[in-house]
Amino acid sequence: MKKMIYLDNAATTRTAPEVVEAMLPYFTEYYGNASSIYEFGAKSKEAITKARETIAGALGANAEEIYFTAGGSEADNWAIKAAAEAYRSKGNHIITSRIEHHAVLHTCQYLEKQGFEVTYLDVDEQGVVKLDQLKAAIRPTTILITIMFANNEIGTIEPVAKIGKIAREHGILFHTDAVQAFGQVPIDVDAMNIDMLSASGHKLNGPKGIGFLYIRKGVKIRSFIHGGAQERKRRAGTENVTGIVGLGKAVELAVSHMEERTAGERELRDYLIGRILKEVPFSRLNGPRELRLPNNANFCFQFIEGESLLIMLDMEGICGSSGSACTSGSLDPSHVLLAIGLPHEIAHGSLRLTLGEDITREDIDVTVEAVKRIVAKLREMSPLYEDFMKKNAKR
Amino acid sequence: MYSEKVMDHFKNPRNMGEIENASGVGTVGNAKCGDIMRMFLDIDDNGVIQDVKFKTFGCGAAVATSSMATELVKGKTIKEALEVTNKAVMEALDGLPPVKVHCSLLAEEAIHAALWDYAEKNGIKIEGLEKPKSDISEEEEEEDY
Repeated sequence: MKKMIYLDNAATTRTAPEVVEAMLPYFTEYYGNASSIYEFGAKSKEAITKARETIAGALGANAEEIYFTAGGSEADNWAIKAAAEAYRSKGNHIITSRIEHHAVLHTCQYLEKQGFEVTYLDVDEQGVVKLDQLKAAIRPTTILITIMFANNEIGTIEPVAKIGKIAREHGILFHTDAVQAFGQVPIDVDAMNIDMLSASGHKLNGPKGIGFLYIRKGVKIRSFIHGGAQERKRRAGTENVTGIVGLGKAVELAVSHMEERTAGERELRDYLIGRILKEVPFSRLNGPRELRLPNNANFCFQFIEGESLLIMLDMEGICGSSGSACTSGSLDPSHVLLAIGLPHEIAHGSLRLTLGEDITREDIDVTVEAVKRIVAKLREMSPLYEDFMKKNAKR
Repeated sequence: MYSEKVMDHFKNPRNMGEIENASGVGTVGNAKCGDIMRMFLDIDDNGVIQDVKFKTFGCGAAVATSSMATELVKGKTIKEALEVTNKAVMEALDGLPPVKVHCSLLAEEAIHAALWDYAEKNGIKIEGLEKPKSDISEEEEEEDY
């Protein structure tokens, strides 16, 4: 077995050893329930408070504005459904974008069935939400704008501060799904006028099954899970102490050296993008060259299909992903790639590679060579490529 | 998600390529749904498929079903080739995930399309062969959220 090259850090990340180490005592030693009266339970409570403060500090928020959840999808569901319910007397209109994660899109579609109206904003060819369309979409009945901080497939960083300003000027709540962005780019909820923000632990070298929702003080959304007074009565259930401790540690690590870590990733990402575009004919980069997540590269290779590429990369020990169909059990290509205007047949041939801290230049070189070889092999097999070459030969 | 046989045919596709001046060529599927198969048949004067090649744009299952279909029709008569159904292709591959069943339909259809082309070129009628649909896209069920 060859050395594995893991280039799917947008899917999930390795839990950092320091994170695991921080979590361990809370399994076997300090296993008390944080809600208990005795001193032993207070140990757990202290740990939760410390993690909450760390996370709040990373966002420019107050500790009591951080609510732990079981992950990013729960935070998205909670923010959108609870805001819709709480502000229904004011209106029934929600604005989002076409390129959101399904945790947001499917939640909005669910609310449409409950009588809410949803505007799905278009994006430009780089995946950037159209601000003039956003302004035009605002109605007196608009109660929520939910637009992601950065796209999970093509890495586009959205103009969140501008969106927040527009929302604030109109007195509309603004939620952002920052699952991919948190820990990768600086976020300040006050400066950016963010009212709610979702994030997840396992995308930033924390454990799976833990995330949080930031809810600005004064935003009146209710509990999503009923049955206890945990999380200021807004999210019942005995706290996932180990998960929370792990998340706190992961955030501490992620923000403490964000600049140097992401600078390194950015450099390798640009090296990867440069080599692929130069050395693989009929390839394109999806998303902007500059304003994208530091670890994200997303390509389309004409005349081939993404799943075949992924299986062949896997055979060489390289883990990547594709927005393509097959991986998600649906036959449609990525909704994000269609939204940026790619035709179906090109959108089917996508490859997302997302770097991590331990990826080296050698890893990138090995990956580029593999991609070149595999794309050529699949093209040799492709009737689309055959047609294209014959057509060109005639000219 | 795939059986060992599917993986084997994907990794080492049999009869991949093209036949120049083939007796019959058939292309089915569409790029929109993500699969296109092209079959080339070389049929002798006795109506026996002497050689067969394929080219496929598609996922692992699409490549594997094309490859298996070529194996199942090679050396067969036209009549025998017509009996190679999508079910036979699937069984020979030890099954496919439900979402990939359409790939085996495409393989069956690709053979039929190539045979249809052969029949047209030679002005003959093949008993039991209907004009194949050139575009197979299954209606997907609406998911409920």
